[in-house]
Amino acid sequence: MHIPDGFLNITTVATTYVVSAGGVGNAVRVANRKLSEKQVPLMGVLAAFIFAAQMLNFPIAGGTSGHVIGAALAAILLGPWAAVLVMSCVLIAQSLIFQDGGLLALGANIFNMGIIASFAGYYGYRLVNSLLGSSRRGKLVGSAFGAWSSVLLASIACAIELALSGASPIGVVLPAMAGVHALIGIGEGLITAAVLSLVMATRADLMQLQRI
Amino acid sequence: MKSKWWLIALVACLALVLLAPLASSSPDGLERVAEDVGFMELAQAAPFSLIADYVFPGLENKALATILAGMVGTLVLFGIAYGLAWLLVSSRREMV
Repeated sequence: MHIPDGFLNITTVATTYVVSAGGVGNAVRVANRKLSEKQVPLMGVLAAFIFAAQMLNFPIAGGTSGHVIGAALAAILLGPWAAVLVMSCVLIAQSLIFQDGGLLALGANIFNMGIIASFAGYYGYRLVNSLLGSSRRGKLVGSAFGAWSSVLLASIACAIELALSGASPIGVVLPAMAGVHALIGIGEGLITAAVLSLVMATRADLMQLQRI
Repeated sequence: MKSKWWLIALVACLALVLLAPLASSSPDGLERVAEDVGFMELAQAAPFSLIADYVFPGLENKALATILAGMVGTLVLFGIAYGLAWLLVSSRREMV
């Protein structure tokens, strides 16, 4: 879902840069206050994992592929503000080093896949936890639902930016983006739950850290 | 061993990159919509290129070039995020 340059108009570019800069700035402040030493290597590992996992496009219907965003996993393990930082590292490196996602579109990409996806993933997970309880089952179902919601909401934000930029009418681009990403989100949900289950089996203590 | 869990996790991430040449090369969700709806031609190429499209430049073997690009990126991201987190934690300790 990395937006290249050219899709967004200058107003949308400027707005998303301002909003994302504010979001990342706040993430830095919150992490500076609350991040614990135990979370330092976890931040590194999650950024490395998300980068690697994003290279693994899986096929979905109709000659289309998708890859995980990873924000939900980071938000469930670290909390949404720390996830915003991890995702920003990944998205900035992808844009600057790998020419994936435009430089002007970076603000929008951080907003969609960093901020929106992290908070959607975190609160989707928390919502299911409050309904099913925070048993192993509640956590796994919650992570799958949070991950699916994170992809869907990020794609809706992306569609709104494209429509505001005049790339395509909202009535066309919104259902198209939401439809294909509702499918990609199933992959994100399964992978997020699988990784979380691995973490719970091998390093259950990482589930007890304070979320930021 | 327990204190170095992250080293094992990092090696696992590098191993994951070995699968990258098998990844689907079909357009992703946004590219599919851009093609179907008809705004793909608006896309502009980046003004410069380092390891564009996750293919390490100058290597004949595409699979090898993809794996190398992925490993470089995985290590760089571990370093950046670890470094940032370390700075955030250690700058607080100095202030207190």
